[in-house]
Amino acid sequence: MPTITIDGVAYEVEQGRNLLESCLSLGLDLPYFCWHPAMGSIGACRQCAVVQYQNAEDTRGRIVMGCMTPASDGAIFSLSTDKAQRFREAIVESLMLNHPHDCPVCAEGGECHLQDMTVMVGHRARHYRGRKNTHRNQYLGPLINHEMNRCITCYRCTRYYRDYAGGTDLAAMAAHDHIYFGRHEDGVLQSEFAGNLVEVCPTGVFTDKSLVHDYTRKWDLQSAPSVCTGCAVGCNTIPGERYGRLKRVHNRFNAEVNGYFLCDRGRFGAGFVNSDKALEFPGLREADGRYRALDHHEALHRMTALCAAGKVAAVGSPRASVEANYLLRLLAGPDNFAPGFSDAEQDLAGLALRLQQQSAALVPDIRTIESADAVLVLGEDVTNTAPRIALALRQSVRNRAYELAAGLRLETWQDAAIRNLAQQQRSPLFIAAVADTPLDDVATRRMSLAPAQIAALGLAVAAGISGTAGDTPDAAPDDPAAIAAALAGASRPLVIAGTGCGSAAVMEAAASVANALCSAGKQAMLCLCVAEANSLGQAMLAGPDAPDLGELERRAREGQIDTLVVLENDLYRRGNRDRVDALLANCANVIVLDGLDNATTSAATLALPAANFAESEGTLVSLEGRAQRYFPVFQPREERRPSWVWLLACLKELERPEVHPLHHFDDITRACAADVPALAGITAAAPDLHYLNLGVKIPRQPARYSGRTAMRANISVHEPKQREDEETALAFTMEGLNRTQPGALLPWVWSPGWNSNQSLHKFQTRAGGPLKGGTAGVRLLQPGAALARGSTDTSASAAPESGNPAGLWQLVPRPRIFGSDELSALSPGLAELVTPAFIELCPADADSLGLASGDGVEVGTGLATLAVRINATMTPGCAGYSIGFEGTANLAPLARVELRRAPNWQRAPQLIGSDRGTGAGGSHV
Amino acid sequence: MNLDLPLTRNVRPDRSPTGLAAYEANGGYRGMKSAIGKLSPADCLQIITDSKLRGRGGAGFPTGMKWSFVPMEDASPGHKYLICNADEMEPGTFKDRLLLECDPHQLIEGMICAAYTIQADLAYIFIRAEYHRAAALLRDAIAACYEQGYLGKHILGSDYSLDMQVHSSAGRYICGEETALISSLEGKRANPRAKPPFPQVSGLWGRPTIVNNVETLCNIHHIIERGADWFQGLGLTEDAGTKLYGVSGRVKKPGCWELPIGTPIREIIEHHAGGMEDGYRLRGFLPGGGSTDFLTPEHLDLAMDYGTIGKAGSRMGTGTMIILDDKTCPVGFVRNLMAFFARESCGFCTPCRDGLPWSAQVLDDIERGRGRPEDMDTLARQVEFIGAIGNTHCALAPGAMEPLQSAMKYFREDFERHISGSACPFCDGGAH
Repeated sequence: MPTITIDGVAYEVEQGRNLLESCLSLGLDLPYFCWHPAMGSIGACRQCAVVQYQNAEDTRGRIVMGCMTPASDGAIFSLSTDKAQRFREAIVESLMLNHPHDCPVCAEGGECHLQDMTVMVGHRARHYRGRKNTHRNQYLGPLINHEMNRCITCYRCTRYYRDYAGGTDLAAMAAHDHIYFGRHEDGVLQSEFAGNLVEVCPTGVFTDKSLVHDYTRKWDLQSAPSVCTGCAVGCNTIPGERYGRLKRVHNRFNAEVNGYFLCDRGRFGAGFVNSDKALEFPGLREADGRYRALDHHEALHRMTALCAAGKVAAVGSPRASVEANYLLRLLAGPDNFAPGFSDAEQDLAGLALRLQQQSAALVPDIRTIESADAVLVLGEDVTNTAPRIALALRQSVRNRAYELAAGLRLETWQDAAIRNLAQQQRSPLFIAAVADTPLDDVATRRMSLAPAQIAALGLAVAAGISGTAGDTPDAAPDDPAAIAAALAGASRPLVIAGTGCGSAAVMEAAASVANALCSAGKQAMLCLCVAEANSLGQAMLAGPDAPDLGELERRAREGQIDTLVVLENDLYRRGNRDRVDALLANCANVIVLDGLDNATTSAATLALPAANFAESEGTLVSLEGRAQRYFPVFQPREERRPSWVWLLACLKELERPEVHPLHHFDDITRACAADVPALAGITAAAPDLHYLNLGVKIPRQPARYSGRTAMRANISVHEPKQREDEETALAFTMEGLNRTQPGALLPWVWSPGWNSNQSLHKFQTRAGGPLKGGTAGVRLLQPGAALARGSTDTSASAAPESGNPAGLWQLVPRPRIFGSDELSALSPGLAELVTPAFIELCPADADSLGLASGDGVEVGTGLATLAVRINATMTPGCAGYSIGFEGTANLAPLARVELRRAPNWQRAPQLIGSDRGTGAGGSHV
Repeated sequence: MNLDLPLTRNVRPDRSPTGLAAYEANGGYRGMKSAIGKLSPADCLQIITDSKLRGRGGAGFPTGMKWSFVPMEDASPGHKYLICNADEMEPGTFKDRLLLECDPHQLIEGMICAAYTIQADLAYIFIRAEYHRAAALLRDAIAACYEQGYLGKHILGSDYSLDMQVHSSAGRYICGEETALISSLEGKRANPRAKPPFPQVSGLWGRPTIVNNVETLCNIHHIIERGADWFQGLGLTEDAGTKLYGVSGRVKKPGCWELPIGTPIREIIEHHAGGMEDGYRLRGFLPGGGSTDFLTPEHLDLAMDYGTIGKAGSRMGTGTMIILDDKTCPVGFVRNLMAFFARESCGFCTPCRDGLPWSAQVLDDIERGRGRPEDMDTLARQVEFIGAIGNTHCALAPGAMEPLQSAMKYFREDFERHISGSACPFCDGGAH
């Protein structure tokens, strides 16, 4: 390790880091703006200036930029010398020339990196007396607010948006001190990851629009460590609450999962928590069909009575916690517990689990995905099913650039230099999908294929790797040999597939490719995406023999079910409406626990208000098999209770012996771990209730949380006692220590002098490195440990089929990041971005049906009637549909259906620009 | 043929361009013919290194050394590029224009030899937007060379092939900075790049690239044809060769002349430029364009070469002087320059983007009689803050500070008179 001298003190630093990183890692405060731990250095802001001395005799030294200077052995620096300090102060003074000083009305105030750095360099007096530049702000969509006057031109936004996330519609424009960061015209930012601008911007140019409209300072937010429920990736989040409302979601750093970035579904998709559709009281359906509100005591008695009376079956949910599902499974018994997937998805989710358990390939976390140097994606549109993985793939294709950089001995943090060196050279990324995907721009090749053809391609690639490709005709247009060669020639090849395209054959083919690579001696990676936050956990809990919804429907029809308990699941999204109607109608009693009113709660005999993720604790198992714990951010309103509380209380009322020893949430986790072998590890997901930080619990509120005694004064001047959290290691208070606890228990980041999220480095082992308290979550799938190499079967049995039976189209899911997920689509800003449900056809197929874009098409006989989109990249014979959207529940993946022009179709009205209220110069606040 | 003034030997009194036939009749393309197929690239590099040719764009970096960093042969298979920097936008500078408009083939021949030396396979001439006449002449000349077999595949029947293109700039001063030029040529924002890596290893499209000034490249084939000793013999001082010197301002005969490098400043101003206009006295001059420090009449007897001017506290820069006379306001002079540099900042780094407009604003206040005594401290702090290479991302802002810092040294009383009198003493009533 190199030794450097800073202000006369010798420090050992990590090899290959620049001076700024090294200083931050050593705990030294060196101000900066343009450098970002995930994006490296460009040397634009000149804020991290230090003085470097040539040798011990050199007393003058020269100013160098910390972020652009390697911390090489023997180097001598000074941070504190007057020359360096005055220079850093001059930089802030220059940045402040045009800054509006509008901190009191700025949404960034109180967590503004510019404020922090201004204080840090000691800039107080303003000498400039010229006019300030002012800019026109833009409408950037419903999620992000734009206030260009605050800009200090650090270039982080465009570097993130364009270079890191691959966006094209945000750019630096104009020159000198007129630089403008925006779009070429007002409009919605197109990147699925635009929301990270809010955290990347060191001041208040890009702010969270929902927060701006419903504002709370960071110091007044009550927060808890949480896990995103938007998809199965399991990104770590920090939701913030005030007055019982969820105000915003920030990224919670996890070195192995989301790092510094979330997708927009995750960041802006939690607004459903504040929905006025939230159930607040238990409801019992009266004879006239209306619901009577009950208190929780009566509700519990009713629930217990209904469950005691007869044969109970239950439907769990892949969006509910492991613990709640486990208790539900106890209540109904494993034979009567359906995990709550749609019938098609249940097999696929089980297959995803089995293939990963049986493969010798490594199941990668997100950081490991970024290290892949050749990638094959089969069938899965990850940007729309597991978005954070798409952002990771955009980094993986840069491994070619890092190889080139190593050849010139360029350090990895030399971001601009490496991009200039590599230009368009990228590591191989092959995508086979039914149509275009948002990753096509960085793909070596993207092939439009029907699911069966994708599976066949995968098998051909596997055969090519194994050297058994003899009888495959070379003329295959998709050139599996080239893909096989690229994967086999890589040192860290990765294969991605998933349940997203609805095909078991595709997933099996992906596993075959990974297994073939393992057999060829490569440490291959296999990533299989599933749909929901706990899909994999649910597959682990339910096991392969659990009944599916179709089976329950049959049993109900045969009178085998008296009471059906549905946990956090709108069954009308899971299957054909008629069959769900039949299932619910054939059960005498239907108990539904859920957070929001939906079609299933409206069919319940007894509806119980279940706390959402921000009001309760639970464990979720992500697609990589990482069990992670989320914690309540605030107390549920009125009679809302976490599902596990309802279920545990019911089981206790029923005097079930299994729950006798269970009192706390942690007891359920332990019981589940002991009971279900696949979930044995979940107790390690986070420390239990008894964890203390130097004798006290961890505070959800920062030390400067204000107004505690005044918040309820309009209701009563008598301040209630702070509620005690009896279930977790966190407390609803500002008293306590938030410092060195395990990463799973980090509710917010703050450090003296570092009020913004940039304070994170104070919690990391090194700037940009893992948290000091350890990375949150525990892996349940042991990476690559399942089978010895070479023993895997690479000959999956997908029967290649070609062509369509005459007049039929194959339905293929086209998931959308905004709209396919149930709850995020109900969040106000995000809901504006949800398009109407659609059927996607290639131009020739649309022509043959006489359909133009926007026309209506009837699918099958009354299955659905949807608007047509024409997509030139859609595979002929395939009809893509917006899975998860309203009106598509009757459509089953891969089904072959007739399509015909819908009679009496009314085209959707088109929003025109003036509807957006884009008044000139308006800030849209 | 004038062996002593090789660069301007084809410049005619009426400034009409020299065509291919006339160029060859006057010994043109002999340098190229003596290089390609006869000398190895390594031999050519050795000759250029031995000649002690220094870059004529302003920085004066030894050309042979610059080229020697280019990886040769198998070390880096793939494209290599030569770029001629014809983006002549330095205030007061018009020397390259003379070479471009009067003798386009001289540049092309120099470029062919330079490209051969570094084994580039594609050469660009990045030319200032306003030089459309020169651009048209170059395009014609390049077409003639392709026809003649001097460009294209297998030049002169050898294994060496070279393509050449003219690219007209969209018109930014910063494009004259070699890495900003490369960014611009790639279609990106014309922002300079951090070095290392230097363009010699990672330049245009990430490939080895050499960027040289027009005048530098025009010397190459002469040196290869006549040898390093001949070239060194041309200079009067330590530096080698000839140099295009220019003078603008209130002199009797402003213009541009090729003279032996090291010619005394007094000879350039008083003999070639004819001395000051009647009624005007010399107060000072910028020796090498708008981004060099002022020198004063006491420096008139210095030799105009890189080392001597450097020791006097300025830079030879482009070798084209701007004269400050006694009836022109030095504050207004510097204010105009600062406004130019502030406007031409690419906006990448803070000291340049925000510091130069601030300096320009303070200078404007002083010039308009709104200055305050503390403004001198503000300017002094700006000079310290922006003026050092390394404080900023590229050399634009430190260059912009050179006239200001030297004006504050030599003409401090003028600044103070502006401030104390609340008016510009050079203007009627101080109004502009």
